[in-house]
Amino acid sequence: MSNIKNAFANGKAFIPFITCGDPDADTTIRAVHEAVRNGADLVELGIPFSDPTAEGPVIQDANYRALKGGITTDKVFDIVRELRRDIDVPMVFMTYANVVFSYGAERFISTCNDIGIDGLILPDLPFEEKDEFLPYCRKYGVDLVSMIAPTSEDRIAMIAREAEGFLYVVSSLGVTGTRSEITTDLASIIKAVRRNTDIPCAIGFGISTPEQARKMSEIADGVIVGSAIVKLLAKYGTKSPAHIGSYVKSMKDAML
Amino acid sequence: MTEKAGRFGIHGGQYIPETLMNAVIELERAYNRYKDDPDFTAELSALLNDYAGRPSRLYFARRMTEDLGGAKIYLKREDLNHTGAHKINNVLGQALLAKRMGKTRLIAETGAGQHGVATATAAALMGMSCVVFMGEEDTRRQALNVYRMRLLGSEVVPVSTGTGTLKDAVSQAFREWTSRIDDTHYCLGSVMGPHPFPTIVRDFQAVISREIKSQVMEREGKLPDCVVACVGGGSNAIGSFYHFINDKGVRLIGCEAAGRGIETFETAATISTGRLGIFHGMKSYFCQDDFGQIAPVYSISAGLDYPGIGPEHAYLHDTGRAEYVPVTDEEAVCAFEYLSRTEGIIPAIESAHALSYAMKVAPNMSRESVIVVTISGRGDKDCASIARYRGENINE
Repeated sequence: MSNIKNAFANGKAFIPFITCGDPDADTTIRAVHEAVRNGADLVELGIPFSDPTAEGPVIQDANYRALKGGITTDKVFDIVRELRRDIDVPMVFMTYANVVFSYGAERFISTCNDIGIDGLILPDLPFEEKDEFLPYCRKYGVDLVSMIAPTSEDRIAMIAREAEGFLYVVSSLGVTGTRSEITTDLASIIKAVRRNTDIPCAIGFGISTPEQARKMSEIADGVIVGSAIVKLLAKYGTKSPAHIGSYVKSMKDAML
Repeated sequence: MTEKAGRFGIHGGQYIPETLMNAVIELERAYNRYKDDPDFTAELSALLNDYAGRPSRLYFARRMTEDLGGAKIYLKREDLNHTGAHKINNVLGQALLAKRMGKTRLIAETGAGQHGVATATAAALMGMSCVVFMGEEDTRRQALNVYRMRLLGSEVVPVSTGTGTLKDAVSQAFREWTSRIDDTHYCLGSVMGPHPFPTIVRDFQAVISREIKSQVMEREGKLPDCVVACVGGGSNAIGSFYHFINDKGVRLIGCEAAGRGIETFETAATISTGRLGIFHGMKSYFCQDDFGQIAPVYSISAGLDYPGIGPEHAYLHDTGRAEYVPVTDEEAVCAFEYLSRTEGIIPAIESAHALSYAMKVAPNMSRESVIVVTISGRGDKDCASIARYRGENINE
């Protein structure tokens, strides 16, 4: 059992996503500090991948920028070590199965435990394939976070019953990226989840405005925002941390 | 053969976003329901015969055989299929299946453009709409095929992310499928991706080896000694190998694109230079760096320019049942020119990789032995780029 539950202990959780190494490690460290200082309850750190198939153009570009800047898995671990000197909120990695697999699953996941990573989100690891990494996650106390999509339907119960940490509820079809409107009946999905588990549910994909954050916080335990923050990284580069801080504050303030 | 949950030994699986899981489950159910359904198989056979032109010829390459002075060389002429490549075998099957599933729209990735053209063709034939994703780099290398797809009524979307080649087109097709599943079938072009694609595509391409087997038996009264095919994702190769897998006396050789050489970074030879990984929905071998970042591969052939290999090939490699060998750009171009001059057949540059290796082994085999080389496609599409390779600029 990790510390993830702490993120949901004091009301609704705001969960920012930041691509590590975009544009450099120092900016990532400052951006996370700003986000936490302004109310982030849990931080999702992206380890860049050359072919991020679940991402829209905004986060794809962040991955390419970070890799071009020379980020590696080892350097991401160093970023986390640095952050853990003074940051207590739970942190999880979001990356792709091959990043974990190629590093050596046990070596990767035991390192997560060593450096203070609480969970792992792998969008290309569905329920059917989770045994690839689950034994190591259990062994080293790292939560393997499951996802539920608008298309999950009859799969919700199965996924929810075995979910650990928190449940990542995907708001819409398609890839990550901001959306002007979210039309999925998320309340029904979360109701179906609730029949099977009491672990927290956080909604992600497509959320960018304080109004959306407020609306989502009415039905879920947490709100995940990626592309809107990564856009700030793309726009302001090394000067983005201050912008990210005020953005996080505006979102957190809007939530219940 | 291990096929539990779409596994070939340790390879295969379903490493895809949750959003797509019900789509692949629905596809597997539909496939299992229709694959042996008499109406479905009769309709598919009729299309393969009357529309695609099957069975494809097995041609005895007499001049080539005499010139090389060893094994008898037969060419399996998939290049003579409608649309000019083996891709149509799989596409007709998947398009029919998609129709049975009530889908009205096909999406596809394409490298050289052959699978895109085949999908656009099937869509036109069956009154479905079609969108083809193609790496931007490839739309330049294969401009003629882009025009053919548009002529057939399909939309072609150039993909500029990543390396702008086949792997990026596959990624973009998966992204598109994630956003629109209800009316859309992803008509994957090779024996790759998540289960059930590697099995479905293999089954639809297995017609190649079924025909080779009976055609060689008829001509030679025995099985071939060796079957050679080129491998990118590996669909024409698995189609050429499949009905021989249990005939242990038949050597199965897959030819990978070595590009400028396997000792360089400009290569796409996955078995020679890759290692085990998880990508595009499957566990298999991939060209990648120490941290699992997928390598930007290179080959003169847009159709073999892929950093992975289908999971069943990975398994056939592990068990030693099939051999996988690298063939360079230069060797393939020489074979492309050789077959054109010697037999009056212009092969696809992809197929020329297989031909090149056959030319290497044939002279060392007895005159009684038989090699079958699958000519997976025709080479018209490659003339401009081969001319360029030889320092000549021609207008297409």
